[in-house]
Amino acid sequence: MFVSSSPVGRFRFPAAVALTAGVLLSVSACGSIDPLASGGSSDAPSDTIVVGSAGFAESEIIAEIYAQALEAQGVTVSKQLNIGQRDVYLAALQDGSIDLIPEYSGNLLQYYAADSTARSSDEVFDALSSALPDGFRVLERAAAEDKDSYNVTAEFAEKHTLNTLSDLANLDETFVVAGNPELAERPYGPRGLTDVYGVKANLMTFSPINDSGGPLTVSALIDGTVQVADIFSTTPAIAENKFVTLADPKNLILPQNVLPLINSDSASDLVVKTLNNVSAQLTTEDLIDLNARNQGDEKAAPAALAQDWLTEKGLLSS
Amino acid sequence: MYSLDAAGSLMNYLWDSILWIFTPAHLSGPTGVWARLGEHLFYSGLSVLCAAVIATPLGLFIGHTGRGRALVIWLTGALRALPTLGLVTLLALLLGLGLLAPLLALTVLAIPPLLAGAYAGVESVDPAASGAARAVGMTEWQILTRVEVPLALPLLVGGFRSAFLQVVATATVAAFVPLGGLGRFIFDGLPVRDYPQMLAGAILVIVLALVSDAVFALIQRIVTPRGVRVARSGQDHAEILR
Amino acid sequence: MEWIFANAENIWRLTRDHFALSLPPIVLGLVFSLPLGWLAHRYRWSRGALLTVSGLLYTIPSLPLFVILPVLIGTKILDPINVVIALTLYAVALLLRTVTEAFDSVSPEVRQSSLAVGFSPLQRVTRVELPLALPIVVAGLRVVSASTVSLVSVGSLIGVSSLGDLFTSGFQRDFPTEIMVGIGGTILIAGLLDLLIVLGGRWCTPWMRPARS
Repeated sequence: MFVSSSPVGRFRFPAAVALTAGVLLSVSACGSIDPLASGGSSDAPSDTIVVGSAGFAESEIIAEIYAQALEAQGVTVSKQLNIGQRDVYLAALQDGSIDLIPEYSGNLLQYYAADSTARSSDEVFDALSSALPDGFRVLERAAAEDKDSYNVTAEFAEKHTLNTLSDLANLDETFVVAGNPELAERPYGPRGLTDVYGVKANLMTFSPINDSGGPLTVSALIDGTVQVADIFSTTPAIAENKFVTLADPKNLILPQNVLPLINSDSASDLVVKTLNNVSAQLTTEDLIDLNARNQGDEKAAPAALAQDWLTEKGLLSS
Repeated sequence: MYSLDAAGSLMNYLWDSILWIFTPAHLSGPTGVWARLGEHLFYSGLSVLCAAVIATPLGLFIGHTGRGRALVIWLTGALRALPTLGLVTLLALLLGLGLLAPLLALTVLAIPPLLAGAYAGVESVDPAASGAARAVGMTEWQILTRVEVPLALPLLVGGFRSAFLQVVATATVAAFVPLGGLGRFIFDGLPVRDYPQMLAGAILVIVLALVSDAVFALIQRIVTPRGVRVARSGQDHAEILR
Repeated sequence: MEWIFANAENIWRLTRDHFALSLPPIVLGLVFSLPLGWLAHRYRWSRGALLTVSGLLYTIPSLPLFVILPVLIGTKILDPINVVIALTLYAVALLLRTVTEAFDSVSPEVRQSSLAVGFSPLQRVTRVELPLALPIVVAGLRVVSASTVSLVSVGSLIGVSSLGDLFTSGFQRDFPTEIMVGIGGTILIAGLLDLLIVLGGRWCTPWMRPARS
């Protein structure tokens, strides 16, 4: 197969292995890109706050806002963004991989107390504070809200006179609901539509689309692949495409105020004060604007958006 | 102690997911195990077929003429490095929802092993055999179809074997964009950390891969012409190029 | 284009992370599969078992493996080590077969003659069999490297940062450029590693310079 002129004595393979091992070690020694060290807080000094975010852009933007606001106050921060869905990042908070993450009040409450009867923003916040497991704590909520919302196209709404979720119960043809896969398991998912609004389960099928109400969900709604889509209420595409958001008079979907969920040990006075200042200024309109800049033509990065917002609100000067 | 714990919890999870699979409610219906298994086979088969339409003639041509070999080796290397997750998300944005995007991504994945199997197969044919065929007056086409392809069949099928295996395992990643198949169990279980469901998806993929591997091994044995033993070196060749 | 410049820092960070996640599985895969492959080549009893297990490993889909590993070995769920371990398993699974066959390809005559000139068994392996098997091993390592670099991106789905982050983020906000940058970066890393492996292979086997016929 190949010409071999006495390899013996000229073989450099052991040297090559040693060299590679050396390179590997030096790469690992360079802490910033060390894949073998844990990415969590175990190697970070205890006064470092690891900020996490869920796996969608808005959470990332708010996490950047938290991180940069804290940094401006001299707090040491590291970031572990884009983690995934709630079940995953809460586990990460539990095992100490992260210390702080932006959350939404209603969904968080339903996660810990699925049978809670709290409905108003205040009730939800109070119930949440007591439902949290030991070691976790939520700080002041922002006025800003972003919740799951069920949307239909204007034509579909007109054709079937749909205004609220209860109107869905009057549909007498089969229809498809789109949402992230986990919606199927959530109390406010298709099951909730049936239980709370009497939507006929035999007419409704669920189509999981893995983009958190992003472009594929939107295009599926437009081209009629699905008839109802769960899209976050701060998504600019809702207004752009003149979708009709079905009203939720029975509060199937709870109020979803943005708030910081933090590991109690990390919640020093300075941290609490800084994050409360952020929450005091964050509005729903801000979220829609930030999302529009992130998803629209500008495609601005979360870090840059966070910096702009903090500068505008005067939160970067200590 | 520690490793015992790990082994124990693995066993528990495995048991849970086997129970999960055989729960009647999970077996039947349009989102049940049988339906997903069928979808998975359908996507995998279809994309390997599409890839074969492109790769097999090309590979045979290269193997027969020896032309473009360097280019193809370079190309298959580059194709291998294409991340399926990136490809499938990109194609989904460009082509929209539906079967087309994941199908294309999986087809790209299946091309390198098929191509390698085809040209390595033809190349592995003893030049004496094709030379003899030429001497008795066969046309190049006849040499290819009557001598080289039959002799190359074991390696050709070997290419299908590894292509199908890779596609079956990777079709799960393709379920990141809306798609049925066994990847659904994995992606539906992931956000809610439903381990039994995720593992059930993984187990089904593994079983499917093993069964199809065995089927291909059988086909490989059947198509090996009598009197021809696959030369070891030829086999090596295909494995490496895989 | 503008987006690339505006986000150069972030892209560079993800590229470094991606590279750092790719390298250990490739090197560790080689380190583990060499002795195992020799074992499978040398002893009939180990051959069936090793090759079957590695074949089985390779069929496990990557995503569930990433998720279940921390449960099994007690690591933190966001720890990049989960991805490194999983990809090392794949690398071994892919390489083991190649290494075994590479050792198989060393002709018995050569082995006999090395015995005749008085090499000890260890010398025979390290100074005769391994060097002769190396070209095939290198070819296998190139495949492993390409597939590892491509699989690292799946880690993004479980919160381990790499160029794969650009795929999920680009997907969620309908931004093909971002995905293309991620794909381009992945191919660049794969190309770089491939080059290193080829050069390293040549450097190790100077007698191969005349090249294969």
